[in-house]
Amino acid sequence: MAFPLILFYVFGFVLLASALAVILVRNPVHAALFLVLAFVTASALWLLIYAEFLAITLVLVYVGAVMVLFLFVVMMLDIDIAKLREGFWGNLPLAAVVGVLMAGEMVLLLVRGFSGPVMSPGAPPPNFSNTKALGQVIYTEYVFAFELAAVILLVAIVAAIAITLRSRKETKYQDPRTQLSVKAGDRLKIVKGMK
Amino acid sequence: MIPLNHYLILGALLFAIGVVGIFMNRKNLIILLMAIELMLLAVNMNFIAFAHYLGDLSGQVFVFFILTVAAAESAIGLAILVALFRNLRSIDVEDLGSLKG
Repeated sequence: MAFPLILFYVFGFVLLASALAVILVRNPVHAALFLVLAFVTASALWLLIYAEFLAITLVLVYVGAVMVLFLFVVMMLDIDIAKLREGFWGNLPLAAVVGVLMAGEMVLLLVRGFSGPVMSPGAPPPNFSNTKALGQVIYTEYVFAFELAAVILLVAIVAAIAITLRSRKETKYQDPRTQLSVKAGDRLKIVKGMK
Repeated sequence: MIPLNHYLILGALLFAIGVVGIFMNRKNLIILLMAIELMLLAVNMNFIAFAHYLGDLSGQVFVFFILTVAAAESAIGLAILVALFRNLRSIDVEDLGSLKG
């Protein structure tokens, strides 16, 4: 068996095991950490088929930003795990039936439809840059979608701040309206005749 | 080398695990969001496999955009989660019936 195939089986096993752990473990912090493991393993699998830029992006953007956000929220919320786990295993029969059916159907379809020897076209030439090729496509053919993606991110920033923003009573802040309409007499009081 | 259908079957299994996660964790909103991330990862796996085996870079461009939209989605999802917890002191999906829909 070729070495990349062995690597694929090892990484695939780790990926499926950590994905199962994400949905089954009791503690949400552990679930988030298993999801980090799943993302890192998936990025290794993407490296095996020469998608270098996206593999690095997955680790930097997902593990570095999104999963840290998840961990931050999980640790910030004070949730009662015992109450959330009530009836957890009661859902198992339905979940198992649906999951096995879906996986079975898809695998059956794939085995029948793609059983032909669709083999890898092999490694790209040594001076080939995946990042450069991807950039050339994104900035020419997909430039409109690229700018739309930027707008989506901006909307997400504004929405996330607007949803979570709240004004507390004890917070001290300036009211710009009264600040602008202030007169010199309000600020300065001349006291005379102190002897 | 690795045949194409290995990657496709791995993606299918990962997607099924995400669906099972949504069925199992019907109370815990955080794990629900994580299961959605797993399903998006499975879809990305298929896109990248096809991009490599068909020699078409467009698949990788699609994964790029899916990653962008998924990051925005999880940021807004977590913001809604925080606002929800602040008002209800709970992240149980069953407690979200106040809209009476």
